Amino acid sequence: MSLRTDLEFIQTWIAPNSRILDLACGDGTLLQSLKASSQIEGYGLEIDPEKITEAISNNVNVIEADLDSGLSQFSDNSFDTVVMTEALQAMRNPDLVLDEMLRIGENCIVTFPNFGNWQTRIFLATQGQMPVTKKLSYQWYNTPNIHFCTVSDFEALCADKGIHIDNKKFTADRFPGAWLKTLWPNLFSDTAIYMLSKHIGPNND
Amino acid sequence: MPDIIPENSIGIIVPETINFDEPLELACGRALVSYQLVIETYGELNSDKSNAILICHALSGYHHAAGYHSEDDQKPGWWNNHIGPGKPIDTNQFFVVCPNNLGGCHGSTGPSSINPETNEAWGVNFPPLRARDWVNSQARLADKLGINQWAAVIGGSLGGMQAMRWALEFPDRVRHVVVIAAAMKLSAQNIAFNEMARNAIKSDPDFKNGSFIKENTQPRNGLALARMIGHITYLSDEEMGNKFGRTLSAGSFQQGQYTPVEFQVESYLRHKGDTFSENFDANTYILMTKVLDYFDLAREYDNDPVKAFSHAKCDFLIVSFLSDWRFSSERSEEIVSALIDAKKNVSYAAITSDLGHDAFLLRNERYEKILAAYMSRLLKDPEKPKHSVNTPEAVL
Repeated sequence: MSLRTDLEFIQTWIAPNSRILDLACGDGTLLQSLKASSQIEGYGLEIDPEKITEAISNNVNVIEADLDSGLSQFSDNSFDTVVMTEALQAMRNPDLVLDEMLRIGENCIVTFPNFGNWQTRIFLATQGQMPVTKKLSYQWYNTPNIHFCTVSDFEALCADKGIHIDNKKFTADRFPGAWLKTLWPNLFSDTAIYMLSKHIGPNND
Repeated sequence: MPDIIPENSIGIIVPETINFDEPLELACGRALVSYQLVIETYGELNSDKSNAILICHALSGYHHAAGYHSEDDQKPGWWNNHIGPGKPIDTNQFFVVCPNNLGGCHGSTGPSSINPETNEAWGVNFPPLRARDWVNSQARLADKLGINQWAAVIGGSLGGMQAMRWALEFPDRVRHVVVIAAAMKLSAQNIAFNEMARNAIKSDPDFKNGSFIKENTQPRNGLALARMIGHITYLSDEEMGNKFGRTLSAGSFQQGQYTPVEFQVESYLRHKGDTFSENFDANTYILMTKVLDYFDLAREYDNDPVKAFSHAKCDFLIVSFLSDWRFSSERSEEIVSALIDAKKNVSYAAITSDLGHDAFLLRNERYEKILAAYMSRLLKDPEKPKHSVNTPEAVL
C-alpha cells in the first residue's frame, strides 16, 4: 500500500500496540496501515458518508462524528495518540480542537498544508488572488479549508498555549530530498507534520 | 404473493416449529417446563457452520422477516428490504435464522398458548420475561440447529437491545453484533409511552383483566389505541407532515354548511390500529413493552456500561437515524462511547432520514450500503469459530 508522505512519517512516530484516535480518518487508510505495521488499536472519526462506508469495508473502526461539535464523548487521556491529518485547516475552531486532542491523548500528531509555502506566496503576490495550487485546488468561496495557517503561525499558537512540540517534519513534493525545507520550512515545505504534547517537563527540550 | 415474484426475494417460506422439553429457568424465578419457538430460516448453513445470522425482532415483529408465506400473500416479511439474495443480509452468503420471541403471539409459546398445568390459555399468568430469557431460549435454539457461534446477531429497536444482551450473556457464541436504532435502557418518556399503551389495553372492558381468551372476547379497541400511540412515536413530525399534511379524507370546511371532517392522518392511524388489533395478542403487547421498560444493559454490572461491554468478545456495528426521537442518535452514541472505552471494535453510522424510528425497517440507500459493507466484512472475517461449545447433534 502506498501511503501519502505525511502518513509515512506518522507511522514512524507511533509506538507499537498503542491506542490511536484518528480525527477525520477518511477511508481508514492510516489506521489500516498502522494496524498492519504497529498492531495498534484504533478508532477513526469521519463525517463523509461515502468515506464511512469505505472505512467499514476496510475493516477499520469508524465512528460517524462532526468534529466541530466537540469531542466530549471521549474521556481524558483515553488514547495514547490522537492524530489529525490535513484537516485542522477545515475546523471551525482549530485551537479548540488542538486542546481537545491533547486532553484525550497523551500526545497528538497534526499535519496541515503550509500556507506560507513559496508557491502560495508567489500566487498571492503576483496574481493578487487567493492561491489555487495543485494541493489546494479550491476557490476561496467553496474551500472546506477555512483556517489556513503557515508553519510560523502554527508554532506561535503552540507557544501561546504552552503546547510542547515533541517532533516536527516537513515535506515538499517539489524538493523531496532537499535541505531547503528543513532549513526554511515556512517557505519551502508544503505539508507540516507535528507531534505535540501538553507536558512541558524540565528534561523536555 | 404479488403478481410477479421479485427476483431478489427469498420466495415462499414455510415457518418451522421447534419444541424444547427441558425446563427454561427465567429471570423472574419461575420456569417454563416446556416451550416452543416458531422460526424461519433463509439460505444454507455452510459446512463449518460459520455463516449463521440470528435476527432479533422488535416489539411487534415476529419470525416472518423475509419472503412470502403463500401465493396470496400481499406483503413480504418485515425485513424483506434487507434480507434476501443480493440484499445487505445476503441469503446467498448467510444462513439467516429469525425466531418469534418467547411470549410472542405468532406461534412461539406466549400468553395466548395453553398452560399445560391448567389446560387454559396462560393470559396474564404467563411469566413476565426479560431480554435475557429470550437470549437463553435462543441459545438452546442455536444448540438444536448445531450452531456453536453466530457470525452475527442483528436487531433493531428492542431487537437491538436483545442483540447486545447476547454479546454479554454468550460472549463466545457471537462474532459480531449489529445494533440498530436501540438504546442501553429506555428513558422515562419512553416508559411513559409504553405505560399509556398498556393503560389503553387495560381500560378496554373486553380486556377482562387479561382473561379475554377464556371469556371469549378480544380487547380490540384498547389494543388498537395502544398501537396508535406507539405508531405516532415511531414516525417523525416531518414524515407525518409529508405523508398526510392536513389533507382531509372526508368532510369539508366550507362555510355555511357542516359536514364532519376527518383528516387523513386520523383514518390512517385508525386503520393501522384496527389491522394490528386483529392480529396481535393484547397480553403479548403488555409483556413485550415491559421487557422494553425493564431492559437495562448495565444493571447487573454496577450500572457501568463500560464494565458491561468489557464482557463482550464480539465486534459491533451501531446504527441510528437522525429523525428517530423514540430511540435517538444520542442513545446510540452512548453505546458507542461505552464500547470504545471498553476497547471493543465498533463502527457507527448516524443515517439521515425523515422516517423516524420506523426508518430501521425501511429502504434507505445509505443504511443499506453501511449494512452491506459491514456484512461483507463478516465474509472476510479471519475469526472462524474458535471456541468449542458442547452442543447436541443438530436435529434439523
